[in-house]
Amino acid sequence: MESKINRYSKQLILINSFFILAWLVVSVFPFIWTFWGSFKVKADFFSRADWMFAVTGVNTLIETGDTSTVKAYVESWTEGEFWKATMNTIIITVSVVTISLFLGTLGAYALSRSTYKYTFWILIAALIFRAMPHITLVSGYLFPFFQLNVWGILPTTIIVLVAINQPFTLWLLYSFFKTVPKELDESALIDGCSYFQAFRFVIMPVMWPGVVTAGLFSMMLAYNDFTVTSLLLNQQNYTMVPKINAYLGTIEHSGNYMWAVSSVVSATAPLFMIIMFFQRQLISGLTAGAVKG
Amino acid sequence: MPHRTFFWFFFPSGLAMLMFIGLPIISSFFQSLHIEPEQILMEVEKCDPFGCKTETKVDIEATNKLQEEQPLGRFNGLGTYGDRNHLAFDEIKEAWTNSSSIAEFTDILLNLPFYKALLFTLTFCFAVTPPVVVLGFIVALSVNTITKSLKGPTIFGVILPMIVTPLIGSLVLFWMIDAKGILGSFIQFLFDDPNLSLKSSSQLTWITLIIYGIWHNTPFAFVVFYAALQTVPQDPIEAAIIDGASRYERVRHIVIPHLYPVATFIILICLMDNFRVLEPIIGFAAEGVAQSLSWMIYNDLRSENKMLFGSAGATSMLTIIGVAILLTPVLIRTWREFRTER
Repeated sequence: MESKINRYSKQLILINSFFILAWLVVSVFPFIWTFWGSFKVKADFFSRADWMFAVTGVNTLIETGDTSTVKAYVESWTEGEFWKATMNTIIITVSVVTISLFLGTLGAYALSRSTYKYTFWILIAALIFRAMPHITLVSGYLFPFFQLNVWGILPTTIIVLVAINQPFTLWLLYSFFKTVPKELDESALIDGCSYFQAFRFVIMPVMWPGVVTAGLFSMMLAYNDFTVTSLLLNQQNYTMVPKINAYLGTIEHSGNYMWAVSSVVSATAPLFMIIMFFQRQLISGLTAGAVKG
Repeated sequence: MPHRTFFWFFFPSGLAMLMFIGLPIISSFFQSLHIEPEQILMEVEKCDPFGCKTETKVDIEATNKLQEEQPLGRFNGLGTYGDRNHLAFDEIKEAWTNSSSIAEFTDILLNLPFYKALLFTLTFCFAVTPPVVVLGFIVALSVNTITKSLKGPTIFGVILPMIVTPLIGSLVLFWMIDAKGILGSFIQFLFDDPNLSLKSSSQLTWITLIIYGIWHNTPFAFVVFYAALQTVPQDPIEAAIIDGASRYERVRHIVIPHLYPVATFIILICLMDNFRVLEPIIGFAAEGVAQSLSWMIYNDLRSENKMLFGSAGATSMLTIIGVAILLTPVLIRTWREFRTER
């Protein structure tokens, strides 16, 4: 693709590589540092004497007899009940992704195929809904949810997250369905299919690239959410992110501070794995809105 | 597609949005018109060997009864909007008449909770966005020139700060800049001041939060710019090379004009997203010196025994007005695009 005459000079390549390396350090190093530090004790990770202790693990050696320890992981998963938070996160994430894709594909397909003007207004409304800060919505939920006695349980949170997620999913899938040729399902209609049959047998087989991208974003929203989960769930039903925040709030001065550090690693690792596999979809989703509108 | 079919296809999605995005906004507004019931006081006579005293106590029974009758509290109209914790009309009026200089007035004004939070929110928005756009562009240009086989892993590394949730991202940085952490020690060493801590002063905390914001948002700008760079037409660039344009001139006069629309998109999204800043404040434990509008709502709703629905509702409404102002350019842009499409 790059033309022959557009060659880079040696200096430029050098400066460029240096810059990229520096930037990679800025963005990646904090995670490596936290990962490494999660296997140390608090006296090392927050070392008053010498920051090198966090690397060498001097206090960890004194306290546990080895230079690295999985104590924080074991304790936070068992005693700290992080396994429960993980279970809740899995339940919420899987349900949110499934339901929002189901609703989103149907809705977005209809929006992309209808030629009436109201589709435009629905999309604009979705855009406005997408811009609403989640915390303002939560302030509207709490009171009715208390009155209806549905506060604190997982299903409520799942429905709320699905709804919050709908506008973005609709926009993403709408722009995806626009790229699927109309002739495809129109010919099915002419052959006597109903709209639903056309969707089921003609569109569904070809919609997976768009669905994977939309699913990825739904997953990230559900997995990463803090605002909704921390205020709409009770302590027993906390997902990972509010759980980590709870560790910080209650045990600032005890040795359990490392629970939060190890939990951060436990919560981040699976996410990074998934993104590694689906990086292409993630980027195509982010740019679908930008380059086209 | 006929209306009927459209309706059934769109109904589940539309219902979800209406019930859980549309209604809460109305519910929030409704709450903001009410205020928590006052506690009913009663006088109790308490006698001990040294004599009798009358004490005022909260009549829990009567208060609970009132609470049950009116769970939302009593109607207060727009009163909550004007109180000390929100727009604070009385306090502003008083400050205006009493203060001798503009500086004194702004000082009083910016110490009122709402204006303090508004100042931080806006400062955060407008301090984070420009560096994000510039850095995102430079990183995109730079990643675009590296060897193809290295691109994938590099992009993965660059987008990591964006993938993690803001709370975790800010905690990870917070632990490093802690006075006892690696960056904190390094900064102390750099300035040769063993007591220096980024948490010690409000300015330093604000700067830390802004740096975090840049760190977290740059990957988004990078991804969008990077994708847009792939669409830059090659012919004008080749023509410019033949005409003897330097690399800088080519970027300045061909690439940047091509990316203008994308840049405005990034700026608007960035402003909108950062307007709701909440998690970094919690992650950095900066509640004391930096409050945002979202944090005010969060704080009202988090209090264990008494949630201030009215106050939270009023702040929510004011926040939504702020978002609406930031959103208008996006809406206009979308509308124009739609019109040209048809």
